[in-house]
Amino acid sequence: MISKSDNPKVLYGVLLGLAILAPLAIYPVFLMKVLCFALFASAFNLLLGYVGLLSFGHAAFLATGGYITGHILTQWGLSTELGIIFGTLAATALGYIFGKLAIRRQGIYFAMITLALAQLVFFLFVQAPFTGGENGLQGIPRGNLFGLISLQDNLSMYYFVLAIFIFGFALIQRTIHSPFGQVLKAIRENEPRAISLGYDVDKYKLLAFTLSAGLAGLAGSTKSVVFQLASLTDAHWHMSGEVVLMTLLGGVGTLFGPVVGAATVVSLQNYLAQGPLGSWVTVILGLIFVICVLAFRSGIVGEIQKFMRKNFE
Amino acid sequence: MTELLGIPPQVLFGQMLIGLINGSFYALLSLGLAIIFGLLNIINFSHGAQYMLGAFAAWLGLQYFGVNYWVALVLAPVCVAAFGILLERTLLRRLYREDHLYGLLLTFGLALIIEGSFVHWFGVSGQPYAVPESLQGGQNLGFMFLPTYRGWIIVASLVVCFGTWYMIERTRLGAYLRAGTENPQLMQAFGINVPLLITLTYGYGVALAALAGVLAAPIYQVSPVMGSNLLITVFAVVVIGGMGSILGSILTGLLMGLIEGLTKVFYPEASSTVIFLVMIIILLVRPAGLFGKEA
Amino acid sequence: MTLTKKLLATAVMSAMAATSTLAQAGQYSDDEIRVAYLADMSGTYSALSGPGGLEAAKMAIEDIGGSINGKKITIVSADDQNKPDIGANKVRQWIDVDNIDMVAGMVASSVTIAVNKVVEQKNKISLVSGSAASSITNEYCTPNSIHWVYDTYALAHGTAKAVVQEGGKSWFMLTADYAFGHALERDVEKVVQENGGEIVDKVRHPFPTSDFSSFILQAQGSGAQVIGLANAGADTTNSLKTASEFGITQAGQKLAGLLIFLNDVHSLGLKVTQGLQLTTGFYWDRTEETRAWSQRYFERTGRMPTMVQAGVYSSLMHYFKAVQAADTDETQAVLQQMRDTPVNDFFAQNGKIRIDGRMVHDMYLAEVKKPADSTNEWDLYKVLRTIPGDEAYRPLSESQCKLVQK
Repeated sequence: MISKSDNPKVLYGVLLGLAILAPLAIYPVFLMKVLCFALFASAFNLLLGYVGLLSFGHAAFLATGGYITGHILTQWGLSTELGIIFGTLAATALGYIFGKLAIRRQGIYFAMITLALAQLVFFLFVQAPFTGGENGLQGIPRGNLFGLISLQDNLSMYYFVLAIFIFGFALIQRTIHSPFGQVLKAIRENEPRAISLGYDVDKYKLLAFTLSAGLAGLAGSTKSVVFQLASLTDAHWHMSGEVVLMTLLGGVGTLFGPVVGAATVVSLQNYLAQGPLGSWVTVILGLIFVICVLAFRSGIVGEIQKFMRKNFE
Repeated sequence: MTELLGIPPQVLFGQMLIGLINGSFYALLSLGLAIIFGLLNIINFSHGAQYMLGAFAAWLGLQYFGVNYWVALVLAPVCVAAFGILLERTLLRRLYREDHLYGLLLTFGLALIIEGSFVHWFGVSGQPYAVPESLQGGQNLGFMFLPTYRGWIIVASLVVCFGTWYMIERTRLGAYLRAGTENPQLMQAFGINVPLLITLTYGYGVALAALAGVLAAPIYQVSPVMGSNLLITVFAVVVIGGMGSILGSILTGLLMGLIEGLTKVFYPEASSTVIFLVMIIILLVRPAGLFGKEA
Repeated sequence: MTLTKKLLATAVMSAMAATSTLAQAGQYSDDEIRVAYLADMSGTYSALSGPGGLEAAKMAIEDIGGSINGKKITIVSADDQNKPDIGANKVRQWIDVDNIDMVAGMVASSVTIAVNKVVEQKNKISLVSGSAASSITNEYCTPNSIHWVYDTYALAHGTAKAVVQEGGKSWFMLTADYAFGHALERDVEKVVQENGGEIVDKVRHPFPTSDFSSFILQAQGSGAQVIGLANAGADTTNSLKTASEFGITQAGQKLAGLLIFLNDVHSLGLKVTQGLQLTTGFYWDRTEETRAWSQRYFERTGRMPTMVQAGVYSSLMHYFKAVQAADTDETQAVLQQMRDTPVNDFFAQNGKIRIDGRMVHDMYLAEVKKPADSTNEWDLYKVLRTIPGDEAYRPLSESQCKLVQK
C-alpha cells in the first residue's frame, strides 16, 4: 500500500500524465474549454470553499479578462501571453474594487451586492463600444507565444492552456496550504474568533477576493484566446450561477472538486446538446442541482473522500 | 407651456403612472419573496418560475378548459400554490436547519427544472392571452391614454398588497406569523402548529407570485422565460426594501417602478440596470435596506 | 514512442490538408457530402428558423435524391441559443471533428459573424438565411459566406421608402439596443432623409424588453407620423401589442415594422397587425411555384414557411446542384460553381451571388390584410409590389467589403 505522504505526489503525477495524453483521444478544443472552466470554478471555490463567501457576480471577472485580452490582442497587436497578463490584471483590479465594496456584508447581502455589481459591469459591456455589444469581440488572434510559437494549431494551444491551468491550480493549492490559507479557513469556521485573535479579517477577505477574481480573469483571458471570441454570455448572471453549480457538484472546499464539477457540466452541455436529450439540458442541470443540495452536499469529490476515509483509514 | 426636467409635465405624469403599474408587479412579487424569507429564511429563487406558472396556468386553462380570466385569477394562484406546497413539504423542508445558501441553490435548481420543461413543451416565443372583454378599451386622463386593463392592475395589486400587510400586522393570524418568525420553538411550545404555518406561508407567497403572473398574462406574452429576468430585479427590490420587511417590500416595489419609469425617459438603455445601482448605493449607506432593522 | 508519432502524424496531416486546395473532379472528402444546420432551435427566433428550417433542409436533401454522384449526403444540426460563442464553437467542432463541408441556417447576426470567421479560417462554406445585418456582406464579408434571403439595407429600402413616399415624413425610431437594431436604424434613417423625411426622435430599448408601454408613450408624445420599429422577434410583437393597447393607430399614428416575419403576424393575429407594411424575401402565396413548394412544406410541419425557412431550402438546393455540376465537395470549386450559376427556383428568379457574398434577388413589399379580406389562417399578406434586386440591395459601389475592388 502507498504510504499517505506519497499519495498526492503519485496522484498528481498520474493526473498530469493523463492531461498530457488526453488530446490524443479527445477533441483538444473541448479539453481546453474544460480546463478554462475548471480554473474558473477553482478560483470561485477559493472564495466559497475556503472563506465561506458566496459571490454571485464572478461572471464579471471572467468576462473582464476575456474582453480586455481580446481588445489588446486585436487592437494593440501584443503577443499572446502579454494579452493574457493584462486581461488578468484588469480582472484583479476589478476584483479589488468589488471586494472593497462587498466584503463588509455577509451571507445573502454579500451575494446580492456582488450580483448587483456584476449587473453594472454587464451593462458597461453592453454599452461600451470596444466590446462589440451583442456581437461580442470577434476574430481575436491566437497569435504567437513569446512571439515565437504559433498557437494556431490546437495541440500547441492545448499545452499552453494546460500550463496556464497548472499555474493557476498550483497557486490555489499553495494559497490554501499557506499560513494565509489557514487564517482564511479560521475565518470561515468562526469569524468572531478570528477577529478576537487579532486578525484583520477584512484585509484577509479582500485579499482572497482579489486573488479569486484575478484567477477567474485568467480563465476568461485564456478562454477568449482559445475561442478567439469574447461575448456577453460570459458576463451574464447565468454564468455566475453556472460556476456555483460546477463547484457544488464537484465538491465545495475540496481542491479537485471544482475541476471534476467543471468537467462534468461542460461535458453534459457539450454531449447532451447533440443527442435526443438536447432540449432537456437545462432540466438535467436543474435536477443535478437539486440532487446535490438534498443528497450529496459535499459533491462528487467530497463524497469520494468521505468514502475513502471511512473505508481505508 | 412649462416644462419639468426638460420634458412636458403631461409626458412626465404619464411615465410615472406607467412606472407605478410596473411597480405594482414588483410589489406583488417582492411581497411574496419577503414573506417567504421572513418565515422560512429561504431565498426563493423559483419565485420567477412560479410567476411564469401562474401566467401559464391561466393560458392553459383558457386554451384547453375554457376557464375565463376572472376564474383563472382565483384558480391559477390556488393551483400553483398547491404545487408550491408540495415542493415545500417534500424538498424545502429538509433544509431549514442548513445555511440559507442551500435553500437558494435548491430553489435555483427547481427554477431551472420548471423553466427548462416549459421551454421544451412550449418554446420560448410567447403565447398571446387576450385582455378580458370587460377591461378592454381605455380612458383619456388628459395627460395620457390609460388602457383600462393597466388601471385594473394597479387597483388589484394595491388591494392585495395592503390587504396582506393588514393581515400580517393587524390580525391574530398575522401575530402568530410574526411570532413564528421571531421564535419558532416558543410558538411550538404554545401549541401552535409551526410546520403547518410555514407550509401555508410558503403557499401564500407562491400564490402571490402566481397572481402577478395571471395579471401579467394579457399585457406581456405568456412565455416560459418571462420570470427569469424579472427575478433578479425583484431580488434587488427586496434587498433594497430590507429583507423580510413586509411594508418595505411593497413600498420599495412601487418606488423602484417609478425610478425605472423615469430612467426610461432620460436614459432608456440603462432602464434594466438602474435598480442594481440603487441597490448598491442603499446597501452601502443603509446595510439593512430602507425599511430593514439593523441586526 | 507512440505519442510523438501520433503528434507528428497529426502535424503532417494538417500541413497536407492546408496545401491540397486544388480540387479534382470526383474528389469528395470522407466520401460523403456532410452538411450542417445551425439555428436558434428553442429561443426567441426559433419559430422563424429553428426546427422548421431543419425540416426544409431535409426536404432539400430528399429532393436531390439523398446522394449526389453516388456520394451520400448526411446532415447534423445544433441549437446555437443565439449566442455567438456557442455557435462558433459548435461549428469549429463540426469542422475539426465531424469534417462537415458547409453550414446553413444561422439567425442571430452575432452568431453569423462569429461563425463566418471560423468558416473562413477553415475554408468551408456558410449559407446564411436567417440573419438580418447587412454588415455580413459589408464590413464583415468573407469569401466563404453567402447571405441568401434579406438584409437590413433591403428592409429599409423596401419598407421605409414606401412609407415615406406615401406621406409618412416624420419618424420616431424605436430601436433594439444592439448591433442589429443599430444597423437597421442607421439604414432606415438614411432612407428616410434621402426621401425628404426626418427623424423626430428615437429611443433605444434594452434587449430584450418585456414592457414597451413607456416607449410607446414616448413615441405617442413625440407627435411623429410614423413609429419605426427597428427590433425583431418578441420585441417587435410586444411593441405591436402595446401599441394596439394604447390605441396608437386610432390616434392617427402609423406603425412601420421593419423586420416582421410571417410567424409574427400569424401569432399576433390580423386584428393587431392589419395594414402594416413590410418587406419580405418570400411569401408562400405569391406564385404557382411558391404555393406548390409551401404546400409540401405545410404537409410536413403544419405551418406555412417563413422567408428564412424557404431560404434554407433554396440555398442548400443551389449548393447541392453546384456539387453535382462540379463533381466535388471541395470548397473553392463549389463556390465558383455556385457563383457562376444563376439561382432559379421557387424562391428566386435569376438570383445572382455577388463577390461580397450577397445573393441578389427580388424583394416584395407587402401589406398585412384586414381580417375581413383573409380567407384562411395563413392568408396574411397582400403583395403590393416587387422590388427589383438591384434596387433592394446595397450597390457594390457603396460597399466597404474587402473583396470588392474599386
